[in-house]
Amino acid sequence: MTVLSDISLQAGHLVQATLFAQTTQPVATPTIEWLYLAPIIILALGGILLITLTSIAPGARANHIPTLFTVACGMTGLVFLPVIAGRLNNLVSDAAASGTAARPSVNLVSSALVVDHFTLWITGLICVAVILVALVLDGYLGREGLECPEWYALLLISASGGIILASAEDLIVSFLGLEILSIAVYVLASLHLRRSDSQEAGFKYFILGALSSAFFLYGIALVYGATGSTTMNGIARSMEGLNAAGLSPAKNSSMVMVGLAMLLVGFGFKVSAFPLHIWTPDVYQGSPTPIVGFMASAVKVAAFGGMMRVFLIAFGGTFASDWRLLVMGMAGLSVLIGSFLAIVQTNIKRTMAFSSIAHAGFMLVGMYAAASPSAAGDSGRRAVLFYLLAYTFMSIGTFAVITVVGRQGDGDHSIEAYRGLAKREPILAAAFAVLLFGQVGAPFTAGFFAKFRVIAAAAQVDETGGYVLAGVAMIGAAIGAFLYLRVVVAMFLDDTPSVAAGLAHAAVAEADGAGGHADAPDDVAVSGDAVLVSERVLVSDQALDVPPLALGVAVLAAAVTVLLGVFPDLGAGVLAEAALSLVR
Amino acid sequence: MLEAAWLIPAFPLAGFLMLVLFGRRMGEPVAGWFATAAIGGSFLSTVVVFIGLLGEDPSERFFLQKIFTWIPSGTFSVDLGFFVDPLSITMCLFVTGVGSLIHLYSIGYMHGDANFSKFFLYLNLFAASMLMLVLGDNLLITFLGWEGVGACSYLLISFWFEDPANASAGKKAFVTNRVGDFGFMLGTFLLFNHIGSIRYADVLTSHISTGTATVIVLLFLLAAAGKSAQIPLFVWLPDAMAGPTPVSALIHAATMVTSGVYLLTRLNPVLAQADPWATSVIAWLGAMTALVAALAAISQTDIKKVLAYSTVSQLGYLFLAVGVGAYVPAIFHMVTHAFFKALLFLGSGSVIHGMHDEQDMRRMGGLAKLMPITAGTFIVGWLAIAGVPPFSGFWSKDEILLFAWNDNKLLWLVGFVTALLTAFYMTRQVILTFFGRTRFWDATAGEIGEAFDTIAERAQAKFVAAAEGVTVASAAVDKAKLDLDKRTGAVTKAQTGLEEATSALAASSEGADGYDKLVRAVDKATKGVPKAEAALQKAVSKTAELELAVEKAESAIAETQIESKQAASISYDLPGDAQYVTAFSEAPDITAVADDMPDSYRHRQEYHPHESPWTMTAPLVVLAFAAAAGGLMNLPFTHKLHFLANWLEPSLFANEVHVSTSTSGKWMLAVVAVLGGLSAIVAAFAVYLRGRGDPAKIERKDLALAVTWDSVLAKFMGGPGRALFDGASWFDKTFVDGAVNGAAAAAQATGKGLKPSQSGLARQYALFITGTAGLIGLWFVLRLVAS
Repeated sequence: MTVLSDISLQAGHLVQATLFAQTTQPVATPTIEWLYLAPIIILALGGILLITLTSIAPGARANHIPTLFTVACGMTGLVFLPVIAGRLNNLVSDAAASGTAARPSVNLVSSALVVDHFTLWITGLICVAVILVALVLDGYLGREGLECPEWYALLLISASGGIILASAEDLIVSFLGLEILSIAVYVLASLHLRRSDSQEAGFKYFILGALSSAFFLYGIALVYGATGSTTMNGIARSMEGLNAAGLSPAKNSSMVMVGLAMLLVGFGFKVSAFPLHIWTPDVYQGSPTPIVGFMASAVKVAAFGGMMRVFLIAFGGTFASDWRLLVMGMAGLSVLIGSFLAIVQTNIKRTMAFSSIAHAGFMLVGMYAAASPSAAGDSGRRAVLFYLLAYTFMSIGTFAVITVVGRQGDGDHSIEAYRGLAKREPILAAAFAVLLFGQVGAPFTAGFFAKFRVIAAAAQVDETGGYVLAGVAMIGAAIGAFLYLRVVVAMFLDDTPSVAAGLAHAAVAEADGAGGHADAPDDVAVSGDAVLVSERVLVSDQALDVPPLALGVAVLAAAVTVLLGVFPDLGAGVLAEAALSLVR
Repeated sequence: MLEAAWLIPAFPLAGFLMLVLFGRRMGEPVAGWFATAAIGGSFLSTVVVFIGLLGEDPSERFFLQKIFTWIPSGTFSVDLGFFVDPLSITMCLFVTGVGSLIHLYSIGYMHGDANFSKFFLYLNLFAASMLMLVLGDNLLITFLGWEGVGACSYLLISFWFEDPANASAGKKAFVTNRVGDFGFMLGTFLLFNHIGSIRYADVLTSHISTGTATVIVLLFLLAAAGKSAQIPLFVWLPDAMAGPTPVSALIHAATMVTSGVYLLTRLNPVLAQADPWATSVIAWLGAMTALVAALAAISQTDIKKVLAYSTVSQLGYLFLAVGVGAYVPAIFHMVTHAFFKALLFLGSGSVIHGMHDEQDMRRMGGLAKLMPITAGTFIVGWLAIAGVPPFSGFWSKDEILLFAWNDNKLLWLVGFVTALLTAFYMTRQVILTFFGRTRFWDATAGEIGEAFDTIAERAQAKFVAAAEGVTVASAAVDKAKLDLDKRTGAVTKAQTGLEEATSALAASSEGADGYDKLVRAVDKATKGVPKAEAALQKAVSKTAELELAVEKAESAIAETQIESKQAASISYDLPGDAQYVTAFSEAPDITAVADDMPDSYRHRQEYHPHESPWTMTAPLVVLAFAAAAGGLMNLPFTHKLHFLANWLEPSLFANEVHVSTSTSGKWMLAVVAVLGGLSAIVAAFAVYLRGRGDPAKIERKDLALAVTWDSVLAKFMGGPGRALFDGASWFDKTFVDGAVNGAAAAAQATGKGLKPSQSGLARQYALFITGTAGLIGLWFVLRLVAS
């Protein structure tokens, strides 16, 4: 890491020469400010410690100890945030006292990482995601008979990778973070050993993820080739014509452009934006449900964090006009395609997968605004950060409920399974209803302000494209209402389906599958759901086992959804600081 | 001390939340005591704020308390904040004070109700909403409270919703109020559009052009007419009496229905800037409502309906006051009205409670002996509302009449006539309820009718039995006649047999072949004839016997017919509910049917009206004191004694009209009012206690225009209005829902069309991603080329 950063600092020299030079000279060890690294270290070290300790003391595997440990790690990470924020603000006041105005940010480990308020915001969200997912995982693993500490260890390591991705100052470090984040999640996706679906999901995610990482890495190489730098500041400087190598950026801009395209592919894949969303439904459907919650929250938060850093800081200046239009198109199409396809699903996890694509689209609407040099830029950045906050709680809460309703085997995911849930599990159903209303964007929920702010920011850009995008987003939100409310209606109106209704549904679905695209696996899934429906008739008599921790997570998420919907300005100061950190 | 303002609505709100969570577990009576404590805490906080406000200099008696910014949206920003000033604290004082007493009273009144804790939950929510309405620092918070009290009113009117009549009364209140709320919203929008703020601090100090102010005032008048039950929207209030009586007292007499008057008083600077005719509209609307409702009250027989129309009438008085610029008298009368009307309602509730849920005044009478505390306190309330000095109502009503005189003599006349009517119908109510003969045990026309029905049924049963007897007997006669014919035939046959045998014997000779046989045959035939004849004789006598039986049965039928005819003819000769009663009218004579009276009558004979428990009588006593002495708030004699006027002055921005009438003129008016009121009381005594004059001629249905308007409105809504709504509903279903469903269908079709792109094959996905990368790269390169 150190070596590479040094290389980038000395951009302009030949890489080989530098390496050669360093072999002969003593390496200058960078000073490391441990405090700022604390959250990353706690999470990564926590993961390693957990594996090690449970190997030494096998007794510690059971009795919720791994859950407790993971929650403790997440909590400790959160506790450090105000301390670091205080430090950062002190730095600024010191700088102000000495007459140099600066934003509160610290470069660490020879400019490999940067800690500023933006980093802290993303770190906070990831820590919250780790805590909540661990709590849901606890009951899930017990129910599925899969209790082992590896789940939690991978969760922690993945989270540390996410923070690294979002706080990387250097593209190579971004890549490292991306891989630490992703590889752990690939494993987690396939960790439900008894379900072939899970294996398939993990495999697909891994193959396609590797492909996108390849693009990402290639993009870094091209950008480095064109600008002679891999640091955000270095690239930005080079864009402004201060190329350290004395090359004018215009001369190399085709290279930068293609590099930029490749980076966009890498990030677009991780945030699952159209048309790079293609893996999402299959992976979400097959993966263990609590892990899907993690993918939808922490992975998305980290990917957006990294994307904002790279695109707004490194490519935020002259080049913004180039990628903004593309992001605009991706945003609009993600919202529309995600919403449309979500409607026709009969499997709730697939529905939520498409819904998460639509949400990514909404966040990209904010990204479009964020790149604007006008005041809309600030609104856009704040909107995206608020959206991430709202969506973290809403998605984890939603998947917590889906985990519970999925019953043993994690397979009961047809919408039929939600019939009459309000009668059987009123608290769970109420929380779910709130969360779904939140995802709809109904007033008095966090989802309303999240959508409202990105749309408002897009309109504020005051371009034709911005207005069109805002309009498209509103249409998408309206379509979305239909898909979420469908589930709410099922929960509150219908009671458990009769045998006849279940069979009729199965028959219809099978006829559907036979008539249309009989060979398309998606329709096979439909008839599979139909069979599930008839099975449901048999299992519906059994009481639903609701683990109190998962219920607690759902209720907490619903409460936060309402809280942020009623008091949208909670933490507005922190949010504003975080958004400002992206301006250089 | 002023900082305690937020506690005023917070106490009942917390009580509401606690009752939502634990109400059922608390049960009776803990939930009731808890709710009472919550509103009591609110009252104490109000007193603390009141004292704090008194400590300030009169010009400094404003305090804004911001809790948080609720809706920050560009230039439009709404705080959840409270506006503490003399007006809002005056409202809070009587809302929480009277409210506490009514909460306490409800513990006794709702005893044994299945939904005991739910009732108190609603009451606390109502109190919280009402206090938000009063204390809000902007129109939106007021509107929030406005809708909150409306919702609670709906929930409480239809509290016993198992009876469809109660449920529809709740709906009527809710729907009627929607009309008014529309005015509230439009008024608020217009204000915001004009001055860019809906905070009272801005609204009350901004300059508004006359035209705009006039429109705003009229829109808020519509809102106030809905909530405060004025023409033409008053129709819901009499029906609202379907709710439990404490609800009628709290919501539909003392507090919620006054919020329209509060709103107009609060907006007095806007009223002052409006065209004068707009305030005249308010005054005349109030005056007409007062008169029309008072006329309707005279012919009511339900104890609560009288009070309901009386409330509408008194609210009209308040509008009259606001319309002529008499804000202080309006608030003064609002407070005294809250005292005496709450007292009267709670008293009527106590009566209803003690009378086994009987609400018809024709079935009461003489209760003064059976319920001395209720009667005593009710009489205080009556004297207060009738305007008898020195009870509180006299002072406040007299003030309003004085201001009306000052503004327009015609308005005064309407007000004066209303006052006479009020004194009359309230005296009628007191006499019918508390004096004269106790008519509780009297048989009702319904019960007597039932008795007659029993008798008629019995007669009918007899008749049916007799008719059946006739049928049976006639059949027997027919059968006997048939038998008779047979026997007659047998005799003839026997005789011809004998003749034939005899002639054959004569033709034959002795010793001839078969001679002996013939001799035997003749012998046999000779014996058979008398046998057959005897049988015939028997049949004849049996037939005669049966024919006699038929005759008897037929005469029995005739008898029962006469009997049931008699039963039918006498049944309604007895006095019944349709007839008017005075305090001493005779009980119907039921000796003719005494044995057949229904069970309801028998059970009632064993029941004795009784005084209510202390939780109910204690609030009555406290309110009676308040109703008696409430006038002390604002005695007219010297400026110093105008406590209320001096206190409210900062809230009124010198918009209070100055009366130019001379002191002697004022005395004259007061004397005329008192004499008029007393003569109305005397008249009522003469009619209802002494039996002079025919009550039927006084209680004229054609004068009860308010009731007529209600039924006309109902007919319209059921007829042409209904068609209109059906049309709107059809439009909504066809076009609006059609568009929505169409959009949903289109979305679903689009989704289905897009579905095949998800093939599930990893290599196709990889191709897709690579293709995308290529396209994105191409995009950038193309842009480069283009530039």
